[in-house]
Amino acid sequence: MGYKILKKEVLNPQIFLMEVEAPLIAAKAEPGQFIILRIDEYGERVPFTVSDFDRDKGTVTIIVQIVGKTTKDLALLDAGDELLDFAGPLGMPTPLEGLKKVAVIGGGLGTAIAYPQAKKLHSMGADVTVITGFRDKDLIILEDELKAVSNKLIITTDDGSNGVKGFVTERLQEEIDAGEKYDEVIAIGPLIMMKNVCKVTEQYGIKTTVSMNPVMIDGTGMCGGCRVTVGGETKFACVDGPDFDGHLIDWDSAMKRGRMFKEYEQRSCDEGHCRIGRTNKNA
Amino acid sequence: MPNMRSDKNPMPEQAADVRNKNFLEVTTGYTVEMALDEAERCLNCKNKPCMQGCPVSVKIPEFISLIKEKDFEGAYQKIKETNALPAVCGRVCPQEKQCESKCVRGIKTEPVGIGRLERFAADYHMAHVEDKIEIPEPNGKKVAVVGSGPSGLTVAGDLAKMGYAVTIYEAFHTAGGVLMYGIPEFRLPKDIVQKEIENLKKMGVDIETNVIIGKTITIDELFEDMDYDAVYIGSGAGLPSFMKLEGENLNGVYSANEFLTRINLMKGYKFPEYDTPVYIGKNVAVLGGGNVAMDAARCAKRLGAENVYIVYRRSMNELPARREEVMHAEEEGIEFRLLENPTRFIGDENGWVSQMETIKMELGEPDASGRRRPEPIEGSESVTDIDTVVVAIGQTPNPLIRKTTKGLETNKRGCIVADEETGKTSRDHIYAGGDVVTGAATVILAMGAGKAAAKAIDEELQGK
Repeated sequence: MGYKILKKEVLNPQIFLMEVEAPLIAAKAEPGQFIILRIDEYGERVPFTVSDFDRDKGTVTIIVQIVGKTTKDLALLDAGDELLDFAGPLGMPTPLEGLKKVAVIGGGLGTAIAYPQAKKLHSMGADVTVITGFRDKDLIILEDELKAVSNKLIITTDDGSNGVKGFVTERLQEEIDAGEKYDEVIAIGPLIMMKNVCKVTEQYGIKTTVSMNPVMIDGTGMCGGCRVTVGGETKFACVDGPDFDGHLIDWDSAMKRGRMFKEYEQRSCDEGHCRIGRTNKNA
Repeated sequence: MPNMRSDKNPMPEQAADVRNKNFLEVTTGYTVEMALDEAERCLNCKNKPCMQGCPVSVKIPEFISLIKEKDFEGAYQKIKETNALPAVCGRVCPQEKQCESKCVRGIKTEPVGIGRLERFAADYHMAHVEDKIEIPEPNGKKVAVVGSGPSGLTVAGDLAKMGYAVTIYEAFHTAGGVLMYGIPEFRLPKDIVQKEIENLKKMGVDIETNVIIGKTITIDELFEDMDYDAVYIGSGAGLPSFMKLEGENLNGVYSANEFLTRINLMKGYKFPEYDTPVYIGKNVAVLGGGNVAMDAARCAKRLGAENVYIVYRRSMNELPARREEVMHAEEEGIEFRLLENPTRFIGDENGWVSQMETIKMELGEPDASGRRRPEPIEGSESVTDIDTVVVAIGQTPNPLIRKTTKGLETNKRGCIVADEETGKTSRDHIYAGGDVVTGAATVILAMGAGKAAAKAIDEELQGK
């Protein structure tokens, strides 16, 4: 018995969306939480943030960027295929209560993860500014969705190909300079981006929540692989997070830990279990 | 006339320098001749002291007598009367602390090889007899079991036999708990575990994997929305302890849980055929002296580490691991660094552990546990080149359930408080047993707790 993929949509050449039938998880999921999936018997357990959920339909949506073995193999699957395992919702929901004015910042794939936060904040009546950054205009995702859940949407590209050039940090700085006062900044994306956002907000004492996505196995506090140093203490991203106060994160340690299995990832892609040409209809 | 030879029939096993390069089972089991010879060493004592040493009261002299009569299936069925998992227990029980410690033969010479005979009977059954599963008449009551380790499997089996509709909820993708993720293939082949689980399913036990109780479903929802009459929590001690030392978050430092789960459950030892990698360096330090530490050290050796050290702060006498595992580890080339304790881990410029500083220890006065307290010898620090560390100093229960279940009493170590005889907790209709109650202990104790709870649950639900 597997978990059926009901919809697959390619958002850009590197990023795609999958809507998966998982009623128990859909019933409970909140923004900020994640699931862990395994494609088949040979697969690794890999965490993905819940990007959207539909409690009535009993579905959970994840947005995947092709970066390694599992994500490459996921890209081979289509609507109608099944995933062998899909467990969650894991982690703590992002605490959003009481926020009135928030800047939600997404970098690349992080945009997909920031979307549910923006959506929830918007539905709570908060004033939401969304700032997202991509390498170039062809990689922009979720523009319409984000527009629908924000008071202001700023999309910036590294090469300026969409007409706005620069990093999300520069756009955030401009907003702050223009007098915008945020209760909180929520930043989700590559570690270096989150670190740099924190550098900006620290000067103004703006509380900044970041979402960590380290390597983990079980997602329930059992393996300790997802250790993050926060304010000098060791935390487990899977159960204590994945959201943490960005101003307390030891970014240097987090970035180094992120590279622990890098060489193996390449080997897995080159020599690993081949899933090309097979479907998971009866996984 | 019993066989009065002084030592146990030795267990056939793969040669140490062969087996330390593969994951096949280390010991290959008694032949019929060995089993018959060993069975004859049993004196069939009237007062059966061995049985008092067994947490599930296996009828030891009786099953050994059946082996003597060459009724091997009868022997298996005799064990099975009180022990749901003979093939598992015959392999992983610390017999030297339990049944065999009470054996009269052990007073002057070696005790009877009870564990080896148990395994023989179980393996004989698996190889020669098709299990006849009887599906009991349903009694209309529903019980949920949280966790599919030894304790959960025992409760589920016992209750299913009495006609309860039992559902086991497992957080991982495969049932078996520590038998699957923790104990390595070379000590407990996974086919054996899966066969026991298949038998439970045939009996009608429903196993729901990928369900994290406390997250996907809460305990209260099991009662309110899903109409269970009772819940048994056997979720184990899954939260790894770390030493809280400088450098512990460097790359190359694992918890034993992570290291063993990558290898056993995820089959990392077959990477890249399987997708999950396990990093292993040249010089591996395993911290701790329990069975988990032995398992981790022996896995590291098999994955190609050149030097593997067990670093333990007490001496060989206090080492808590099963004796056979310690001997096997020594034979396989694991180096024991006893009376030594790590003080910090030193990293390279890329954030990988490269050295470990340790300090020598000496044993002082006995502490609360009755064991002599290890104390550091000042100025005895030294540094060793290390590129992989496995922290195997213990586990405590996962907090997910206690945090999401109101009124469930736990102690300061995070263990659920439960009555020893019945498994009853502070909440009505909620029972608990195994490592979640005791803290990390043994397979057989967890099974004993499961057995007791199954009886108590039945008594409650039948109004006995």
